[in-house]
Amino acid sequence: MGISFFTPLSWNDSGFILTGVLNTIYISVLAIVVGTILGLIVGFLRAEANRFVNSLMGSVLDILRSVPLIIQLILFSTYIGAMGHPLNPFVSGSIVLSLYTMAFMGEVFRGGFESVQKPMIVTARSLGMSYWQALRYIRLPIGLRAVFPSWLGVALSVIKDSALVSVIGYMELLRTSEQLISRTQQPLEILIGVGIFYFIISYPLSLYGKYMERKMAI
Amino acid sequence: MLCEGVSMEYQFHWNIVFNKMPQLLNGAFVTLHVSVLAMLIGIAIAVLLAIGKMSDSKAISFIPTVWVEIARNTPALFQIYMAYFGLGAFGIHLSPYVAVLSALIFVNAGYLTETFRGGFQAIPKTQYSASKSLGMSSVQVYRYIILPQMFRRIYHPLTNQFVWSILMSSLGILVGMNELSGETQRLQSLSFRTLEFFIVAAIMYYVITKFVLLSTSLVSKRIFKGDI
Amino acid sequence: MIQIQDVHKSFGDLEVLKGVDLDVDKGEVVSIIGGSGSGKSTLLYCINAIEDIQQGRIVVDEIDVHAKATNQNKLRQKLGMVFQQWNSFPHLTVLENTSLAPQIVLKKSKKEAIELAKYELNHVGLGDKFDVYPTRMSGGQQQRLAIARALAMRPDYMLFDEVTSALDPELVGEVLDTLRMLRDDGMTMICVTHEIGFAREVSDKVAFFHQGIIEEMGPPEHVISNPQKETTQKFLSKVLH
Repeated sequence: MGISFFTPLSWNDSGFILTGVLNTIYISVLAIVVGTILGLIVGFLRAEANRFVNSLMGSVLDILRSVPLIIQLILFSTYIGAMGHPLNPFVSGSIVLSLYTMAFMGEVFRGGFESVQKPMIVTARSLGMSYWQALRYIRLPIGLRAVFPSWLGVALSVIKDSALVSVIGYMELLRTSEQLISRTQQPLEILIGVGIFYFIISYPLSLYGKYMERKMAI
Repeated sequence: MLCEGVSMEYQFHWNIVFNKMPQLLNGAFVTLHVSVLAMLIGIAIAVLLAIGKMSDSKAISFIPTVWVEIARNTPALFQIYMAYFGLGAFGIHLSPYVAVLSALIFVNAGYLTETFRGGFQAIPKTQYSASKSLGMSSVQVYRYIILPQMFRRIYHPLTNQFVWSILMSSLGILVGMNELSGETQRLQSLSFRTLEFFIVAAIMYYVITKFVLLSTSLVSKRIFKGDI
Repeated sequence: MIQIQDVHKSFGDLEVLKGVDLDVDKGEVVSIIGGSGSGKSTLLYCINAIEDIQQGRIVVDEIDVHAKATNQNKLRQKLGMVFQQWNSFPHLTVLENTSLAPQIVLKKSKKEAIELAKYELNHVGLGDKFDVYPTRMSGGQQQRLAIARALAMRPDYMLFDEVTSALDPELVGEVLDTLRMLRDDGMTMICVTHEIGFAREVSDKVAFFHQGIIEEMGPPEHVISNPQKETTQKFLSKVLH
C-alpha cells in the first residue's frame, strides 16, 4: 500500500473498476432471469386463480413493491445474520433483488395473460387443442409479445436498482467507485464515468423498447 | 461458535423501538416533506421541459431530451451521489436534504416530461377543431377542453411517480439524511436493534404508500366522472 | 348569406381547391357530393376559418372570413359545425357538453345556458340523457349531441361534414331524421354527404365536386336525377350502383 493517503486515479484502478462493472452486470442479469421466471409463474397463477387466491398473492407481492428496496436488503441480510446463517452479500443481494424483480414482473405477465381474449382461447380449444397446448401455442406467444416493452422497462430498472446492493457490501460498480472516491478524492470524474456506464447500457435498450412499442401499436 | 449459538435464539425487543416512535414519525414526516416538494417542483419543471420537447426547433428540444434520457437511464443513487459528492468539485456543497431533494426533482422532472408529453399527444386534434368551431378562443379550448382531459390521463402516472419518490427518498440513508430510513439507521446504531427498527420502518413505508394510493384513488373517484 | 368566390386552397404542393364559386342563401339547403379527396370537406373547414385559403374570398353575412381584421372566434358563433367524428367532450356530461360554449363564449348565465342546452337536447331527442357521459352512448346519439351542441350556439348556418360516414348503418337514419327536422325548421345548411338519396330529398341545390372544382351544380332533379357531365354520371353510377 502507498504511503500517501490520497492517490490520484490511475490505469492500475481499471481492473478494480472492471470488477465492479462485471459484478453489476452479473447480479442484474441473474436477478432479471430469476425474477422473470418467477414472475411468469406468479403472473400465470394470478391470471388463472380465483379472486381470493389472487388477492392474497397480490397483497404479498404488493409488500415487495411498497417497501423501499434498500430497506428490504438491509432487513434480509440482518435477519439472516441474526438467525445465525449469514450469507455473503452477493447471495443475499441476489435473493432480494430477484424477489423484488419477481414482484414487478408478476404484474407485467399477469397483464399479458389477461390481454389474450377469451374468444381466442375458446377458438384454440375448439380446434381440439388441450389446455396446455392452447397455453403453449396461443396464450404464451401472444401474451409475451404484448408485454415485451413493459418487461424491458422492468429489466432496465433492475439494472439501475442493482446499484443498491452496494449497501450490504456487494462490490458492484457504485461501491467500487465509492471506494475509489474516498481514496482519490476525485468524485466528479469517477461518478461521471459511472453515469456513462449505466447510460450506455440503458439508453440503447430503452430506445429499442420504444421502437418495439411503436411497432406493436400499429 | 458461541455468538452463533446466541443469535439462534434472537430475542426481539420492541420497547426500544416504540420509545423512539416520535423520532421515527418525524423521519416519516421528512420523507413525505421531501417527496411532496420534489413532486411539486418536478411537475413545474416537467411542464416547461415538455413544452420545450414538443417544440419544432431542434435547439430548444435538445435540452429536455438530454435531461429526460439522463434521468431515465441512470440510477437514482448515482444522481444522489452526483448531487452530494460530485457537485463538490464545483465548490457546491449541498446538505443531505438538499442533495436528495435535487436528485429527486431531477428524476421526477425527467419522467414526468414524458408523461405530460404523452398525455397531451393522446388527446385527439379533433377536440381542438370541434371546440374552435363552437367559437372558443385558444385559451378557452385549453382551459375547458384540453387540460382537463390531459389531467385525467396523467393523474395515475403522477400518483405512481409520487409513490416512487417516497420509496426512493429512502436512499437518503446513504448520505446521512434524517428522513425515515436515515433516522432508522441512526436510531438502530445507538441500540443495535437493527431488525426491530427496520421492520418498523418497512411497515411505516408500506402504510405511507398505501395511504397515498388510497387517498389519491378516492380523490380521483370524486373529481373524475365519466370515462375518457 | 354565404358567398364563396374563386377559392383556392393548397396543402403544401397539393392544391385541393382550384377555384370554387358557390352562393348559399338564407334558408337554403345545399348538398355537396363527390368522391373522396375531391376537396368537399376542405371547403367547409375554410368556411369555418379552421383552414386558411390562398386565393379568392369567402364572405359570411358581409364578413370576409379570412380578412385580417375578422374576429374568427366571433364569426364561428354564426356557423355551427358538425364533424364526421362526433368529437364529444368525454370529460363532460351531455348537458355540460351542450351548455359549455353558450356560457363561456356567449357569456350567458349558467341557468340560461342550461335551459338552452336542454331545449336543443330535447329537440334532437336526447331529453333523457342529460347526465349521461357521451362515451356511454351510441355513435348516433353522440352525433345528435354534436348537433345539439352546435345548435345551442344559435348559429345562423350549419355545416355538416359527412356526419353519417362514421356511423354503423342502423344508426344513420336517426341522424338524417335530425337533419330533416332542421331543414323543416328553416335552418340554412351546407351538407357534405355520401348519402345521395338524402341529398336528393332535402336539398335545394346540389354541387358535385370533382378534383377541386364544382363540376356541376343545380337543383337535385338535374344534378342527381339527370346529370349532364360525364364525370357526374360516372360518379353517380358508381355510388348508386
